[in-house]
Amino acid sequence: MEITLKKAVLDPQGVAVENSLKALGFDRVRQVRVGKYIELNLEALDRDEAASQVEEMSRRLLSNPVIEDYSYTLQEAGV
Amino acid sequence: MKFGVIVFPGSNCDLDAYHLVRDVLSEPVEYIYYNETSIGQCDVIILPGGFTYGDYLRSGAIARFSPVMSAVADFAYQGGAVLGICNGFQVLTEAGLLPGALYRNNHLQFRCEQVYVRVENNSLPFTRSASLGKVLEMPVAHGDGNYYAPPELLQEMKANNQVVFRYTDQNGNVTPAANPNGSVENIAGVCNRAGNVVGMMPHPERAGEKLLGSRHGLIIFKSIISYFQNREVV
Repeated sequence: MEITLKKAVLDPQGVAVENSLKALGFDRVRQVRVGKYIELNLEALDRDEAASQVEEMSRRLLSNPVIEDYSYTLQEAGV
Repeated sequence: MKFGVIVFPGSNCDLDAYHLVRDVLSEPVEYIYYNETSIGQCDVIILPGGFTYGDYLRSGAIARFSPVMSAVADFAYQGGAVLGICNGFQVLTEAGLLPGALYRNNHLQFRCEQVYVRVENNSLPFTRSASLGKVLEMPVAHGDGNYYAPPELLQEMKANNQVVFRYTDQNGNVTPAANPNGSVENIAGVCNRAGNVVGMMPHPERAGEKLLGSRHGLIIFKSIISYFQNREVV
């Protein structure tokens, strides 16, 4: 899962990292956003169930919908 | 009337709040632990400052799922008086009991300093003893105090008079320099629509004695005490 601040919300960490990158000479860098990456294992009957579980946990705990957006990918574990 | 101070793992201003109520104001107060399922016979609930659950994920995000929070939410929905201070404010926004969100200060620094806030709504149980526009000096101590509400929500909040405090200079002027964390429109405190739940980043419980540099925080506590005294007479 990736959780990032919504585009409309100023990202202070992103601004600091962008300034630092520019100081290193990467002066064409724009709009740096710093987010969170969360990885987890989940037991589910199928992809649909896994997706709905991940949606719910993202909405209720892992992201704050007032300021953040989330996205995720599902990968079947090798059995 | 009785105060209840919620103690989460990682709360650290619970002692300050308890001390102020018991030793400075001589009012009854008890601690209520995060794993309790009832708030007992308390009339006012304080969610104190601190770093609940290490502020992991987001400030207040994990504390809001503590067992005691269901009881706090029920109490709030029934009109009970709830005050969230600093991390307590963050817990209340995460719990959806207050609008908006608090996140990283715009300059990324932890700010620990005296600030001034102006009372923007003095019709609440927690602000009724203050005059409108009164400037209060109190400390802040936070890294995640940057208040944000999307434009539509902010309009709605202003229409409902839900902005309770704004950061100002000593004379009550809202200026960028007076804003310690980048909060939208210098917002330092808000309330829910009904006005019984208030959250604020500054610490009134640490501004109740001359020794601490300011006694302005007392006005918040005296407001709620007078609210109950008037109610008891009726």
